[in-house]
Amino acid sequence: MLSRTADHLFWMSRYTERAENTARMLDVNYQTSLLPQSAAVAQVGWEGLLSISELMPAYKAKYGEVTPHNVMDFMVRDENNPSSIVSCLHAARENARAVRGTLTTEVWETLNSTWLKLAGYLKTKDFERDPGAFFEWVKHRSHLSRGVAIGTMLQDEAFHFYRMGTFLERSDNTARLLDVKFHAVESDFYGAASEMDQEYDFYHWSAILRSVSAFEVYRKVYRDVIKPECVAELLILRPDMPRSLAASMNEVVVNLKAVSNSHSAETERIAGKLRADLQFDRIDEILSTGLHAYLTQFLDRVNNLGSRISRDFLMPSAA
Amino acid sequence: MQIQKFDEMNASPQEVRAHYTQYAKWLAQQPEDVMQARRAEAEMIFRRVGITFAVYGAKDEDGAGTERLIPFDLIPRVIPAHEWKSMEAGLVQRVTALNRFIHDVYHGQEIIKAGLVPADQIFQNAQFRPEMMGVDVPGGVYSIISGIDIVRAPDAKGNGEYYVLEDNLRVPSGVSYMLEDRKMMMRLFPELFAQNRVAPVAHYPDLLLETLRAVSPAHAAQPTVVVLTPGMYNSAYFEHAFLAQQMGVELVEGQDLFVKDNFVYMRTTRGPKRVDVIYRRVDDDFLDPLAFRPTSTLGCAGLLDVYRSGNVTLCNAIGTGVADDKSIYPYVPKMIEFYLGEKPILNNVPTYMGRNPDELKYILANLKDLVVKEVHGAGGYGMLVGPASTQAEIEDFRKAVEANPSGYIAQPTLSLSTCPTYVEKGIAPRHIDLRPFVLSGKTVQMVPGGLTRVALKEGSLVVNSSQGGGTKDTWILEA
Repeated sequence: MLSRTADHLFWMSRYTERAENTARMLDVNYQTSLLPQSAAVAQVGWEGLLSISELMPAYKAKYGEVTPHNVMDFMVRDENNPSSIVSCLHAARENARAVRGTLTTEVWETLNSTWLKLAGYLKTKDFERDPGAFFEWVKHRSHLSRGVAIGTMLQDEAFHFYRMGTFLERSDNTARLLDVKFHAVESDFYGAASEMDQEYDFYHWSAILRSVSAFEVYRKVYRDVIKPECVAELLILRPDMPRSLAASMNEVVVNLKAVSNSHSAETERIAGKLRADLQFDRIDEILSTGLHAYLTQFLDRVNNLGSRISRDFLMPSAA
Repeated sequence: MQIQKFDEMNASPQEVRAHYTQYAKWLAQQPEDVMQARRAEAEMIFRRVGITFAVYGAKDEDGAGTERLIPFDLIPRVIPAHEWKSMEAGLVQRVTALNRFIHDVYHGQEIIKAGLVPADQIFQNAQFRPEMMGVDVPGGVYSIISGIDIVRAPDAKGNGEYYVLEDNLRVPSGVSYMLEDRKMMMRLFPELFAQNRVAPVAHYPDLLLETLRAVSPAHAAQPTVVVLTPGMYNSAYFEHAFLAQQMGVELVEGQDLFVKDNFVYMRTTRGPKRVDVIYRRVDDDFLDPLAFRPTSTLGCAGLLDVYRSGNVTLCNAIGTGVADDKSIYPYVPKMIEFYLGEKPILNNVPTYMGRNPDELKYILANLKDLVVKEVHGAGGYGMLVGPASTQAEIEDFRKAVEANPSGYIAQPTLSLSTCPTYVEKGIAPRHIDLRPFVLSGKTVQMVPGGLTRVALKEGSLVVNSSQGGGTKDTWILEA
């Protein structure tokens, strides 16, 4: 298939996934802020949300002080913020439009309808009245477009690039989400001494679980109270947890293999090694080196993998 | 003088034409609110499907997007089978002659030698491409996809006569609307298609692919066909994507193509792949920055050389514009007689050419009654509709014509036929035209009908979508 087409498909799914994850993070912070005892926790959460997306400078320049209303505004409807939900869904739709002929009618219409309805959504007061319902809607639209793609697309190269984009983005987003505590309180992993910190910890880790729809999963898997090391293990190493780093990298490797070409061997090796590390790492080892250091390195490796995929498939120099 | 009018549906306020009786009866039974709801439904679907076109520099009401819907009218334009049969024969004849003419222009120029078309009309024409001299194209076919604009106007007795208004032999567009309009009608009113024997059009993409493959270079046993688009911000992008998808071929942009060892390749995820046939929706000027406009990023450097060597086919060929120019239009009936030895089946509109002193005098004396067109204008721009213009507009045009007489032609103001159309206040007659799409490969063929465009403004004769025109489904009614 055309490299440019593959590139659009790859980014179409990345932006859809990013919009969903932004909605997830915003939703959790919003829900947390509704609990009176955790206002301070929520504040830390809003700041962390901006930090992990590396958006604090842009936000500060525009709004100054971090307030829930402004963060929501910035992350939902600000067209100048490339990570806002509006920007992501627009980018997803424009990428889809550029290759609409490669998509099934259903996939294209789903993305286009999402974009058209979003414009309507933001025009009314519905979003302000009930942000939770809006985030739910964004998540559902993402589920829908993924489901429609899986249910209707031929499983050819186009499909594999589409899937690769989804899971590369997801691994990045989940890693950032786990790293949020470091950004928020700039403490080490085991830094919880005071009572307030303990309270913070519980809300923090349960919020993270909820943001990836894993709260019930956690209970089912561990049958235990919320323990940071178990949360980390679930979201990093469990291959059966659909939003974990291990599960995401499994999908990246499988889809990469399916589109393998004459000069992609090194990229496949790098992806395979990243997956192998996740397969054989242990959570206590990871934590002993430090979660933040581990995640920083992981994000670098994912980023490098993304660049290599671009170079090998999506933007080959003139032959 | 009593101006004759011709309505496609109503012969008189009391009498519906025979081929419309079934439909008119059905329409009369439809409650107003149901039809309203259908209109809203159609618009919603067109938006969701993204059947839009971009207007250059335009903003929508939010000041954001530039994507507009082309208004779709619910009332079909119906043509009886016997009329279509003769129109079809006329189209085959006309397009065949036009292709012979283009081949002649770039080879022996017999028609000039015969004194039928003045040499300067061809060589001074900006659309004449000297690069094409002596180049042989597959099958000798230059205009593979032709859009012929046909209008109907009443003769002295009030009978409708078809006229060819314009030939479009470069990159005619609109066929996707023909197909989508039909799909929409069948979705909104399936019962109509059970009651009426409407000739199907949905096989157009198959015919198109067959035609494109038929003109592939000799070396390509299994030719790779692509559609070349200027990109997603082009006004007809929807159509480019649509046709590529329907044919199951790649939709490429200039940046996806490159030339190596005198062949054209596209960049794919598995390395370069040779391209054999390019259905290009990019104008000649932008095709090859090395040969034509050097700043163009829409084409592919070196494409012309590959083309001239016969290693890739461009559809349409380079240089077809020499035959669809308004200054060449008046000669088409003569071409048909010259190349085919036949009498033209389709009428030309009588045309006065500014370049002939007698005819210029007539044009200047009758500006208020004539339609005056720039010979190189397109899309309804650069024209004067005398009877609908103010004195000041006429005087401005007079100056323009006097300054450059050979740049203009004039035609009597045809009273274009009308068709009942939904407007703000109910149903009213609006002027229409018809663009059938003629495909020339091994044979000349087409799907029955074409795209009917309708001027939605009351009294307006301009049907172009860029100027507020809409579309209708076109029915060829089998007896």
